[in-house]
Order: sequence, then C-alpha cells, then structure tokens
Amino acid sequence: MGMTITEKILAAHSGHGKVHPGQFIMSKLDLMLGNDITAPIAIIEFSKIGAPRVADPARVVLVADHSTPNKDIKSAEQCRLMREFSLQQGVEHFFDVGRGGVEHALLPEEGLVAPGECIIGADSHTCTYGALGAFASGVGSTDLAAAMATGECWLRVPESIKVVYRGKLKPWVGGKDLILCTIGQIGVSGATYQALEFCGETIGSLPMADRFTMCNMAIEAGGKNGIIAPDAVTDEYMRSVTERPYRKLTSDSGAKYVRTIEIDASKIDLQVSTPHLPENAKPVSAVRDVTIDQSVIGSCTNGRIEDLRIAAKILKGRQVHSRVRLIVIPATQRVHLQAIREGLAEIFLEAGGALSTPTCGPCLGGHMGILAKGERAVATTNRNFVGRMGHPESEVYLAGPAVAAASAILGRIASPEELS
Amino acid sequence: MSTLRGRVHRYGDNVNTDVIIPARYLNSSDVSELASHCMEDIDADFVSKVKPGDIIVGGENFGCGSSREHAPLAIKGAGVSCVIAGSFARIFFRNAINVGLPVLVCAQAAAEAKSGDEMAADLTSGRIDNVTQSKSYQAEPFPQFLQEIISAGGLVEYTKKRLTA
Repeated sequence: MGMTITEKILAAHSGHGKVHPGQFIMSKLDLMLGNDITAPIAIIEFSKIGAPRVADPARVVLVADHSTPNKDIKSAEQCRLMREFSLQQGVEHFFDVGRGGVEHALLPEEGLVAPGECIIGADSHTCTYGALGAFASGVGSTDLAAAMATGECWLRVPESIKVVYRGKLKPWVGGKDLILCTIGQIGVSGATYQALEFCGETIGSLPMADRFTMCNMAIEAGGKNGIIAPDAVTDEYMRSVTERPYRKLTSDSGAKYVRTIEIDASKIDLQVSTPHLPENAKPVSAVRDVTIDQSVIGSCTNGRIEDLRIAAKILKGRQVHSRVRLIVIPATQRVHLQAIREGLAEIFLEAGGALSTPTCGPCLGGHMGILAKGERAVATTNRNFVGRMGHPESEVYLAGPAVAAASAILGRIASPEELS
Repeated sequence: MSTLRGRVHRYGDNVNTDVIIPARYLNSSDVSELASHCMEDIDADFVSKVKPGDIIVGGENFGCGSSREHAPLAIKGAGVSCVIAGSFARIFFRNAINVGLPVLVCAQAAAEAKSGDEMAADLTSGRIDNVTQSKSYQAEPFPQFLQEIISAGGLVEYTKKRLTA
C-alpha cells in the first residue's frame, strides 16, 4: 500500500521504512521553534530535564514576535530570558526586534524550512510550513523543551484528508477564501488529529503566499498539519531563499485517505468568518451590513508582501472611513522594507492607515490594536474566538486582505467590487 | 493512581485556549498567576468558586486554538483534578499529557454531567462515576505509548529517563 506525503516524511525521520496512521513514533527533527510566549516555559522545563546543552543549537529557532516590541515589563522579562538562553546555548537563530518578524512568515523567508523536512514549533500555526511540502506541526512548550534536549519529538502518525480544488478562482479570491470556505465545510474539529493535504489544479496554479495562508489555518480545522506537495512553484520560491538541497516527496497513487473532499473553487466567493469560530464562513455579500471599528491587515496568515500589495491596490487614492482605524502590520522586517520600497507604505499612510513594525500584537489580543467592549474588527488574522482581539464582548470577522481593505474604506464589511 | 473526586464545572463545545487563559495574561509563566485568570472570559466566577479536586467537563474539541501550555497549567494550577470531555483538540491533549493534567475522553459522561454534580474518576481503570446522578461510565483507554509518559509523571520525567537510559 502506498503512503501519503505526510507518512513518507514521518517514516524517513523515524527510522521506519513505512509508517501507518495511529502509529506512535519518535521523530528526528530538522527544526524546532519557540516564541516569546512559549519559549520561556520551554526554557524552564528544559532546565528541569537536566540536559546541560541543547542537542543541536543550529536546529533551534527562537523568535521574539508576540508581545514585541516589548509591550510591558513582564513581556520584556520573557524576551530577556529567551535572549540570554540563546546566548548561553549558542542558538544563532534568535530573531530579535528589528531583525525578524512574525515567525511563520519569517522562517520560510530565511530559508530555514524546506520540502521534506520535519519541523515542530511551540506555536499552533507552525503548520504553515506544510505549504512547502514539509511536515510541520504545533506543539507545546514542554514538547519544545524535550526536543531541545533530545532532537526528537513523539508523534502519532495522522490519518490524511485529501482536499481537491478544481477550477479558476474569481477576481480577488485567494488562499484565505479557499481555506475559510474549507473550514466552513468541515468545521473547527473536522480534521482533528489528521493531516489536511491540499491538491488539485487550483492549488497547482496558486502562488506560494496563498499556499502559506492555507496551510497556516489547517489548525483551525483541528488539523495536525496542512501539506501541499512541492512543485515548480515551490522550487522557484526555494531558489529565492536558499541554496541548500531538499527532498521533494509526493503522495503515492495508492496512498490511503480517510476522506476526500472535492471543492469547485470557481464557485467560491470572497469569504468572511463571523464570530466566534473560524468555521462560520460566509460569502462577503451575506455580511455586508456589518459596520466595523477597525481593520487589521497582517499576521502569519496574511502579512506577506503579496497581501500588502492587494490591500494597497484597493486603498490607493482612497481614504479609510472616518469611523475606522486601519492597522497594517507587515509580517517581517523584509516585508516592511519591501513595502516602503514599492511605495505601499505611502499608500497606507496617505489613506489614513497606521503602519506598524512587525508583531503578532492584535491577532491574539496582545497589544497594538486591542478592541473595546462592543467594538468590531475585520482582520486578516486566523482566529475569531471570544475575546481574541480584546474585550470578551468585542468581535472579530476573519477575511482576506481584499475584504479587509475594502471594508476599511466603506466602514462596513465589503467586497472591493463595491468600490467605484 | 488515586481516584479523583470533585464538583463539576460544565462547559460546552469548542472551549478554546483563549477563554481558558486569555492572551493578555501570557506575559507571565507563573502558574499561580495564570491560575488566577483561568476561564475568565467564559466564566468570570470560575476562580472564586473552584475548589481543589473539582472537575472541568467540556463537550467536543476541548482546548482548541493556540499551543499555549499556559492553558493546562492554569487549569492544573486552579486545583482542578482532571478534565473530562467528548473530545480534545490535539495540542491541548498532548500538552495536558506532557504537564501531567489528567484528561479523560468520554462523550456520554461529558454530555450527561451538569454543573455542580459530584463526579469521580479512576485514572488507572478509566472508570468515571457521576455520584450525584448514580451513573458510571468508561473512558477511552490511553494508547500504550501515552501511558508510559503518564506513568513517568509527564514528558520532563520521561525525557530524563530516556537521556540517562
């Protein structure tokens, strides 16, 4: 019987010729990741394990991105702990303010993740790297601690769900709309403990940025990982970020899936997920009466240069609605610089938007755009749980950059098609 | 392991890590501080009414959302002896196993429990009793591999043993 791409990567990293869903394995890791929220606990637990050194400091990446630039004294202490640990353990891939950005946009851009690799991160959106054809999954801090001590992580081989997309996308529709629509179909626990393998002709012609967005949100369906088989688009991206070799694996034709979902992508409209679950996906036309107080464009889901270009195209020569606060957050230092070089920064500022240095900030209700009681935001982020962006009685509507930009202008949830 | 016993705090489906411990408190790794905000956005009175040994009961997909280990740590720190749910989100589940917060999967026990019920759970046998309703249930057994981590006392102890073996 054939294996899926997920099974092949896990077999290759656990010393087994074959693995099967449900099997528990100890997998060797190519990379392990922590941030300023999860790494401090990992560092404390690492010291309890008693290993004198990190097994391989070159495979450890620590990113100060969640509460940075330090929002308060406690956050500053968390970052300091991470900074000191990196120095002490020889972790060179420590990304501080001004040199990094939001982890899941940053690591691919730095060439630190590649097809065929096995990656864990103490952050649930670690599944983003599956877009390159890697196995990448979110874990907790203690998992990261054990991984730093041993270079390995325990995993249960997941069953795979195959999601096949066919057809050409409508104007403005992108990866965010595909994934919100998919989560709407299968639900927030529709892929729990399972791999979501995205394929089909629509995926084949989808740019890398949109693929990252899709795999990023696999966790919002409960998925262990999202994955897309590497192809020419992947190769082109990898050539632009690194020269190191990598292993391109694909699923066998006889691979077993627990479920196959066929989606006609040509029928998908711009999507919006209403509070308080990502599965509440609706076409934008169904929520166009909803007024907003804030629009956030950024995050590990949609803070890449391609997302900012879409937003800038819509905002160029227009003004943000007088009642709305637009906050644009390039995901990384490079994206920020590129946005300045391309003139996107000017467009956002002239439109009346605020442009921030990279941070996860508002996405998780940390800082840089917290909502008051009763306020409502449209955001290109990934979660709209109760209280996610601030007060427990505030609301988050999830969408892609096109809807977030158009909504900022019209003061209500809108499609760019509604702009004259 | 001994039998756990306490009053039920019952919640619905998709109890996510943002309501278990809101991100505004994640600038701390201190367990007692995290515990003082446990469940704050879903049940503002939880911290004042929870007693040592109490049991949190959830529906499907308990612990969905972020990877923050602060969530099981806050629950454990609040004195909760175990969480019983119809199903768990995977990162929360593995975090709970890793940090030694007992979690039991039993859809029927979860569905029939009401807040205030007295329940007991035997981690060795997986037997769950709703004392108030005089009903008994059987939780799903843990796979052998996870039992090894649980009986070691969590992933830190398990890893210590592996490194010295």
